[in-house]
Amino acid sequence: MDVSKNNRMLGAAALRASASTAETKVASQIHQTLPDKPLVSIRPSTSWSPLNLRDLWQYRDLLYFLVLRDIKVRYKQTALGVAWAVVQPLLTMLIFSFIFGRLAGIKTDGIPYPLFAYAGLLSWTFFANAVTSSGNSLVGSANLITKVYFPRLLIPVAAVIAGLVDFAIAFVLLAVLMVYYRVELTWQILMLPVLMSLTTLLAVGIGMWLSALNVKYRDIRHALPFLIQLWFFASPIIYPASIFEQWRWLLALNPMAGLIEGYRAALYGSPFDWAMIALSAGLTLTLLIYATFTFRRMEKSFADII
Amino acid sequence: MLPIIRVENLGKQYRLGAAQVPYATLRDTLAGTIRAPFQRRRRRAQNSSNTFWAVKDVNFEIAPGEVVGIIGRNGAGKSTLLKLLSRITEPTTGGIDLYGRVASLLEVGTGFHPELTGRENIFLNGAILGMRKTEIESRFDEIVAFAEIDKFIDTPVKHYSSGMYVRLAFAVAAHLQPEILIVDEVLAVGDSAFQKKCLGKMGDVAKQGRTVLFVSHNMDAIRRLCPKTLWMDGGRVREVGDTYQCVSNYLLRGVTEGGRVAFSPPYRMENNMPVILHAVEISDEAGKLTTLFSTRSAIRVRIEWENVAPIYKPRIGFVMQTSDGLDVLTALDANSWDIEWLPPGRRISTCLIPGSLLNEGEYVIDVGGDGNTGHPDVFDFSRGRTGAILRFEVEDDMTLPNKYYGQEGFRDARWPGVLLLNLPWQQEEAALEFS
Repeated sequence: MDVSKNNRMLGAAALRASASTAETKVASQIHQTLPDKPLVSIRPSTSWSPLNLRDLWQYRDLLYFLVLRDIKVRYKQTALGVAWAVVQPLLTMLIFSFIFGRLAGIKTDGIPYPLFAYAGLLSWTFFANAVTSSGNSLVGSANLITKVYFPRLLIPVAAVIAGLVDFAIAFVLLAVLMVYYRVELTWQILMLPVLMSLTTLLAVGIGMWLSALNVKYRDIRHALPFLIQLWFFASPIIYPASIFEQWRWLLALNPMAGLIEGYRAALYGSPFDWAMIALSAGLTLTLLIYATFTFRRMEKSFADII
Repeated sequence: MLPIIRVENLGKQYRLGAAQVPYATLRDTLAGTIRAPFQRRRRRAQNSSNTFWAVKDVNFEIAPGEVVGIIGRNGAGKSTLLKLLSRITEPTTGGIDLYGRVASLLEVGTGFHPELTGRENIFLNGAILGMRKTEIESRFDEIVAFAEIDKFIDTPVKHYSSGMYVRLAFAVAAHLQPEILIVDEVLAVGDSAFQKKCLGKMGDVAKQGRTVLFVSHNMDAIRRLCPKTLWMDGGRVREVGDTYQCVSNYLLRGVTEGGRVAFSPPYRMENNMPVILHAVEISDEAGKLTTLFSTRSAIRVRIEWENVAPIYKPRIGFVMQTSDGLDVLTALDANSWDIEWLPPGRRISTCLIPGSLLNEGEYVIDVGGDGNTGHPDVFDFSRGRTGAILRFEVEDDMTLPNKYYGQEGFRDARWPGVLLLNLPWQQEEAALEFS
């Protein structure tokens, strides 16, 4: 069913047809190009429906424009503008370096504390912001959802992707820090794209799931900041995973733990904990699949309850 | 010919009370799940009374290239039908088969972001409506020209006037090129020149052989655009067919012959307005009930109404239309406007439509009112319209000096126009000038 071809023929026919017989002629033209089977068949759906990939592909430009909108709008009418992407993790890093690095003297496997903290904060800030904006994205787009059809999945996904820009900008400061502390790059840096992809997928999974729940249960909006805060402390950002010793597996149940440790290893050349990263990847994919199905199941009632 | 839209046994059920409780809380659901085994029987019993069918047993087919108007009162299921057709919400029963690409325009400017420029919003809005980036690029200049905003294309739309905003939004939507276009009453915005342009554009779309579904309360627009009309009533299709017949039946539904309509039970206004109507009468100046008037005689309209709770600045009145659905005038009794909060009570509002005003023809009266029930500045006469309930006729009594003197056999002719005023003309002799 080639829709664009239909349209071309339609346009050509409209031009050719003379004014007097335009309607009948063009109508029959359309009739000839109409598909035999319905292009869209709308029925009450069963509770578990698979992902409509064709639909998603058709709306890929919308994803692009939604991401563009989020990026363009985010720092409108702010004095610092895009510098906010750096300010947030930078200030947090400075404060943590003072409190946990100086005062508490947390051992960081030999990495200078500012470097140690910034690698964690960098990925965490992206993850936390992505999950928060994604989780609130559907409720914030109520006017779209009740007025026009498009794959709803695009909204929480766009919110996460838009956050990647901030993530990239925050990396610039990391590069400066690495030069300052004379960190030597190793081949392990090649793992960085893999880790970033996993972090993005994890944020998409969690964000998508929470955004769907948020439509039905507005409790999510209130619980979200608290949840993010708890999760922060359950992740090895201000402390290294090594302080858990034999309880390390417990920490690894948090998919962000393996990823954050992974970032440090990739950037600073310390050894990877492959088991932990594999567990993170497994958990991420499981969550993503679960979230997609939950989203699909809840999606059909969005317009009625939002 | 095969249909392009086929609707079979379509039904959409909503839970009542959803309006008051738009979303459940997690606690309710958790508590509900725990208690569920004990409550199952009771919930099932409640089910039937707590739900209603916004759309039920709807069947119709639309052939490619047809332009179909959808009419009906508020709450008749028109909007739900459109939402089902445009896949915004899922049906409870039945189904729809669409044999073409659908674009729906239920609101002008869906997804416009105030901080983005006109250019950026064209792309965003176009993509939301289902256009590809390349499609938007190829029609970009046309869209800008249609919206008449070329100078402001790179200004954030929050600085636009409301007229510019609406023009831009409609322009994007008007340049969609789907096989099926679904339009909800979006033409009720913008100035009249632009409205005309929008109607013209929709006419063009129809001429290109596209299938159009058009919901409107504007019978005039329906008649001009749509040869076929579907009349929704109480969630069902009441009538499908020729527009003139259908619109006429719709407008004259429930019209009472004789000069008085008494509502029993009293007519309750929509949207929780605490105003009820008891009776409406039309009579001659002396108060004698009648539905036949001469072009010279005055017409008295009398509305018995009651506000059952205090109401802020209520206005009661009527819209007069020709039997073709053309709005002639709106008359509102705003005597309570200065009182502000009007205490409950039963009242009678009377007004006199002067003679030598209306041309020959059939007219209907649609009674309604509004008033503020707590929300500031909500005055919208459409909140409480009964629809046409009284009909009367005006005949040319041939006594006016400007009566229609046609040739013998042409007595049926009437002057064009809704009004037949006896205007004071002056005539003087002009001095002949030679140059």
